[in-house]
Amino acid sequence: MSDASAATAVLKVDAMTKRFGGLTAVRELSMDVPPGALYGLIGPNGAGKTTIFNLLTGVYTPTEGSIHFKGTDVAGRKPYEITKLGVARTFQNIRLFGDMTVLENVMTAHHIRSRQVLLDAVVGTPRHRHEERETRDRAMELLKIFDLDGVANEGATSLPYGNQRRLEIARALATEPSLLLLDEPAAGMNPQESIDLMKLIGWLRDEFKLTILLVEHNMKVVMGICERIQVIDYGKCIALGTPDEIQKNPAVIEAYLGGA
Amino acid sequence: MSTTRKVLYFVVTIGVLLLLNQVFEHGVGDFQIRGYEARIVSLIGIAITLAVSLNLINGLAGQFSLGHAGFMAVGGYSATYVTVYHGQQIAGLIGSSLGEVAGAALVMPISLAVGAIAAAVAGLAVGVPSLRLKGDYLAIVTLGFGEIIRVIILNIPAVGGATGFTNTTPIANFFWIFAMAILTIVIVANIRSSTFGRALSAIREDEIAAEAMGINTTRYKVLAFVISAALAGVAGGLSGQLFANPLNPQNLNFVKSIEVIVMIVLGGIGSITGAVFGAATITILPEALRDVDRQFPGLRMVIYSLLLILLMIFRPQGLLGRKEFSVNWFRRRKAPLAPASTGGGADV
Amino acid sequence: MELFFQQVINGLSLGAIYALIALGYTMVYGVLRLINFAHGDVYMLGAFAGYFIANAMNLDANPSILGAIVVTMGSMAICAAIGVIIERLAYRPVRQHSRLTSLITAIGVSLLLEYGGQVVFTANPRFFPQMIRSETYAIGKVQITNQSLLIIVVSIILMFGLEFIVHRTKIGKAMRATSHNLSVAKLMGINTNFVIAFTFALGSALAAAAGVMVALAIPKIDPLMGLMTGLKAFVAAVLGGIGSIPGAMLGGMIIGLMETWIGATSYSTYRDAVAFGVLILVLLIRPSGIMGSTAAEKV
Repeated sequence: MSDASAATAVLKVDAMTKRFGGLTAVRELSMDVPPGALYGLIGPNGAGKTTIFNLLTGVYTPTEGSIHFKGTDVAGRKPYEITKLGVARTFQNIRLFGDMTVLENVMTAHHIRSRQVLLDAVVGTPRHRHEERETRDRAMELLKIFDLDGVANEGATSLPYGNQRRLEIARALATEPSLLLLDEPAAGMNPQESIDLMKLIGWLRDEFKLTILLVEHNMKVVMGICERIQVIDYGKCIALGTPDEIQKNPAVIEAYLGGA
Repeated sequence: MSTTRKVLYFVVTIGVLLLLNQVFEHGVGDFQIRGYEARIVSLIGIAITLAVSLNLINGLAGQFSLGHAGFMAVGGYSATYVTVYHGQQIAGLIGSSLGEVAGAALVMPISLAVGAIAAAVAGLAVGVPSLRLKGDYLAIVTLGFGEIIRVIILNIPAVGGATGFTNTTPIANFFWIFAMAILTIVIVANIRSSTFGRALSAIREDEIAAEAMGINTTRYKVLAFVISAALAGVAGGLSGQLFANPLNPQNLNFVKSIEVIVMIVLGGIGSITGAVFGAATITILPEALRDVDRQFPGLRMVIYSLLLILLMIFRPQGLLGRKEFSVNWFRRRKAPLAPASTGGGADV
Repeated sequence: MELFFQQVINGLSLGAIYALIALGYTMVYGVLRLINFAHGDVYMLGAFAGYFIANAMNLDANPSILGAIVVTMGSMAICAAIGVIIERLAYRPVRQHSRLTSLITAIGVSLLLEYGGQVVFTANPRFFPQMIRSETYAIGKVQITNQSLLIIVVSIILMFGLEFIVHRTKIGKAMRATSHNLSVAKLMGINTNFVIAFTFALGSALAAAAGVMVALAIPKIDPLMGLMTGLKAFVAAVLGGIGSIPGAMLGGMIIGLMETWIGATSYSTYRDAVAFGVLILVLLIRPSGIMGSTAAEKV
């Protein structure tokens, strides 16, 4: 971790610890995610990856340590505040708005960039009409990228599993983030779907000028696209480096193959 | 809809309402509306305002409130209080500059505005602490607040206490009742189809995901709650100033809140059309069963409660589900939206 | 000081009633996550069942303790059966639907029992026969009626009985398992339908006992007597921590004592608001109630 990367890091986590009662889920974790990176966070089941995501997005407050997003301290901020700053996420256990359509799901996420006040909507001002049209168009564009525009008016939960995961990414992008957190985006997908998704993620990063932090259980997937990988076990960082370095790291091999 | 068109609709609506009001009060030639029917129509209008406003918080935002009667009471008593104790002053004050007719006519909207504001303030006071709770807990706390409001009113002699607010002037007429019902429908429908409506729906569907999408869930829940309370207050203000329909704390307990819930559940929770339909049905039903009641006293309420149970067992999504009435119904049959709770039922 | 003790005695006997009813709410909520709105009306039915049994036995003319026990037992049995029937006919068909659907069904059952009660029993109050002659004991200046003493003692016995069933018997174990996680309990081979029915029977029997005892102390009974009492008992259950049996007892006692105390001050007209005021305060400070446990939603 050079000083240069720390200064320009989009996300900088410093000695973050999270305890639930007597259980330490995350222990003195530090991260430096440079702009434009595709950063992988891997580790065995129960290593604390999702907890880290929840800490970064404000679902939990760290017990100790700090989280800086583009220089702003976000530790302990509310999730919606953090999203407003430009951090978006998906969920490991898909959390779509089930009773709404695919299109509405994506439009909802654009709410945060709305400049209307409630009265605009109640009275139906030109600003309201204009923004509504704009939101719909943007949402359709996003759906097109994910090849979901054909099912825009279907119920979100009527989609097959893989498409629900893709819709979650589309929805996250609608908040116009600069940092995107993907929690096991390939879970439940077959190998071909996973490969396609990984290609798409790489493309999204370039197209939307994103920094992407990816949690994956599946090593192969991460190795394929991430430039930098951090390995977590029992809430601690056990290795950090390029995919090649990680693959050769004895501690990582031990964590994945050795017993507890 | 363009602005000119909107103004046109507005003017036409006012005109039609005024015309109907005229028919309502004075009839056309031989056609006269009897007091009994007039009363039921008025009560339906008020019920529509109540049900549609409750639908905003219970149906759209998915926050189960059982305290609607409390806000109706706050608004109703405040509005009626304004008319009874300050009505003359207001009429005089406005009358001196705008003419006597305008002065008398404006007492009603002013009293309703006061009622709405009072109910909104009560809604804010109840909503801020309560809306941190969810589901059953929220239901019981709002019920509790409603009961507390009722007991407080019972202890205010100026508004009649336990005997009810009887010394009122019945100035609520067809025009105001249905103008407010339409206003409520327009407000709720416009919120529903806007980005704010989507935010509220998102909160209903998944609060954690909504928060992750940048929606300040607490703020929007409170906002919906306050608007809902204010509109309930308007309904209360109309109700309290209806002919021979005095506000009484005994009739504004949680059973009244439940009645409004039954209205929106019957029509289909979340559907505005459903709420209007439910409001009309639940108001008419006891009257329609009056003949039954004459032969078997009390039986109509038994039928009413049995219907509610059977509805829940056989059609829990209500008669309309989340569907709305729209002109498209006549043009072409669209594929139905995904079913409410079962999910995955839609054809792909 | 005497006044204080007097209030404590009165409060405890009122609280014991709330606690007995609250137990039914809390147990049902435990296994089904359902606010059984009709539970207060089962309490009303308990009083009426007792009324009819007592009159059939002509207890008004010859009061006896044994007669009172028979009446209470009979009423408990009848209400247990009613509880099971309500669950089978109204709640089981909606169990798979949303929580809101169940809640509204419960409200419907409550309305049905209240209005049905008004049709069957008429809305006029009836006078419960004096099964036990009223007596007043004096300790110093503190007056205790044998009825309030009876309420406290019987309630304690019933609560111990419930503790025994829940913690020392097989069905109790099954109840606790079901309460913990219904679907897992089912996978473990527990007949959850039977457990749920049993829970309704148990809760309803306790409410019936409360109904009969209240009718002994305040002999005026009517079909709407369960409305407010039931609501406050539910509040007691939430206050203590819904799902928790000791919590329900504690909650009932707190509400009973508070109400009696307020009733004796110049704010007595606010008596009905007290239960809700306390509830709101507790829930805002500790949303799971005094003895309840919270489970945070997994993200």
